[in-house]
Amino acid sequence: MTPRAESKHPEIGAGAAPAGAAETAGAFGLDADPILFSDSLRMDFGGLTALDQVSLTVERGSITALIGPNGAGKTTFFNCVTGIYKPGSGSIFFLPEKEKRISLGGLRPHKAAQLGIGRTFQNIRLFNTLTVLENVLIGCHARMRAGLWGALFRDRKTMEEERRMTDLSYAILERYGLQARVNDPAGSLPYGEQRRLEIARALASGPSLLLLDEPAAGLNNQETLELADLIRHIRRDEKLSVLLIEHDMSLVMNVSERINVLDYGRLIASGTPEEIRKNPDVVRAYLGEDADDLG
Amino acid sequence: MDFFLDLLVGGLTKGSIYALIALGYTMVYGIIAVINFAHGEIYMISAFTALIFGSILSSVGLAGWGLLFAVIAVSALYAAMYGWTVEKIAYKPLRGSSRLAPLISAIGMSLFLQNFVLLAQTPNYLPFPALVPDVPFPAILTRHASDTQIVIILVTAASMALLTLFIKKTRMGTAMRAVSQDLEMARLSGVDTDKIISFTFITGSVLAAVGGVLIGCGMRQIDFYIGFLAGMKAFTAAVLGGIGSVPGAVIGALILGFAESFAAGYISSSYEDVVAFAFLILILIFKPDGVMGAATTHKV
Repeated sequence: MTPRAESKHPEIGAGAAPAGAAETAGAFGLDADPILFSDSLRMDFGGLTALDQVSLTVERGSITALIGPNGAGKTTFFNCVTGIYKPGSGSIFFLPEKEKRISLGGLRPHKAAQLGIGRTFQNIRLFNTLTVLENVLIGCHARMRAGLWGALFRDRKTMEEERRMTDLSYAILERYGLQARVNDPAGSLPYGEQRRLEIARALASGPSLLLLDEPAAGLNNQETLELADLIRHIRRDEKLSVLLIEHDMSLVMNVSERINVLDYGRLIASGTPEEIRKNPDVVRAYLGEDADDLG
Repeated sequence: MDFFLDLLVGGLTKGSIYALIALGYTMVYGIIAVINFAHGEIYMISAFTALIFGSILSSVGLAGWGLLFAVIAVSALYAAMYGWTVEKIAYKPLRGSSRLAPLISAIGMSLFLQNFVLLAQTPNYLPFPALVPDVPFPAILTRHASDTQIVIILVTAASMALLTLFIKKTRMGTAMRAVSQDLEMARLSGVDTDKIISFTFITGSVLAAVGGVLIGCGMRQIDFYIGFLAGMKAFTAAVLGGIGSVPGAVIGALILGFAESFAAGYISSSYEDVVAFAFLILILIFKPDGVMGAATTHKV
């Protein structure tokens, strides 16, 4: 693959951050309607800078990928979005609706979930001794109102809400082909089904943005193809946006409309799969000697 | 044989009380991995609350099961408030600090509550009012068990059944199990974990309150110090069963109750504490994860 000079992306690094965000939106060919964007986000762990002036945008309704070599800061970015880490500086905004802009920096994790940000993990994190149904019910917590009082005194409103959530959970499990498993402990499921259950649990909170952290890890080729379909289905059926961390290039190129590349905590490129494929910086940083994989 | 059955019932009664307290230890440990040493004091305070309200309510004419349940309800409410407050004051500010810090804070809270009752009430034993209803239990039961023992066992069994239903069937119970498995993940799924932690302290305290009322009924006298030894024993029971495991706490408590009862009956009553703590030591040596605890191999 020969790098072409004209497609070489300018580094969207230090200083150029807001311009970078604007450019992303413009390049997408739509009115800027992001569901999530970060502005000069920085996160340090002791001496290590995990995220350095990262400004990236996820368009509403898009499937956007976040790629980069191991240790590039991808999961750290997710952790900043979901409130596990409080960013050192910079900001992240979440826009569940077009005119509603919420700053996420330092928001507590359960609040992020309640706002509509669902997430899965690189290494599957299910509640293994809980049943499949209960796992999804936990996901429903984000949209439930009843509190301590209801839990103690089991009033009618609480009971009704619990019943509604159980119905909803059944519906979700059916949609994702897990209905036969509702009463099995989550830990007893085969790997592929655990992956699907994790996604189902994230969907139970009714997210408008779904963060998937390496959903294809450990899946074979066939399962990865199915996953690509699943992700498209989710986007369409649940009317949400997807931000995806993934190492499997076939999946990334297959499903995403927009790709952001992180390297050593900096955003080095952002564009369509076609643009990323031809970007020499990306090839150098991310693919190294395996550059042929992209071409 | 009669003597054996007497001891068996005695052990079951003791074990019931230990179980009610041990559940609070084990649930709190299961969720935030803190040993809440102030838990025994909640039980002691509940016994005092029961003494005060029992005297008041019976003087206005309440009697029978109504009196007992009214006293349990009031004590449970008080205990819930104490449990909630203890968590907010002694543990919440220390979340995320070293594991030793909440332990020391727990011991401090325990001493504070003991001395608070010592000063506010009395350093002496107080007689406990008669709260156990006068029920004509069938003769087959009363042959080896007193009315009080039967009531203690029944009320404990009912409490356990309610707790099991609550943990298994309700949303809050499911959330508690989820939080005890993976707190961070539960939080990311939208569970307000602070609320669940508070709720766990409340649930544990309510169970301890039931135990406090029942022990008052059983011993007919209480002082500010009863929480310490009972707390230690219940903690032993929780460790015996596998700390963090709810059924484990009950099983551990029953084992401990029987062991004490038989040691007191067949050896000497002065040996019951020796036997109880010898059990703790043996368990810690041979089965450190407890009877029901999952043996975990830590990655090195």
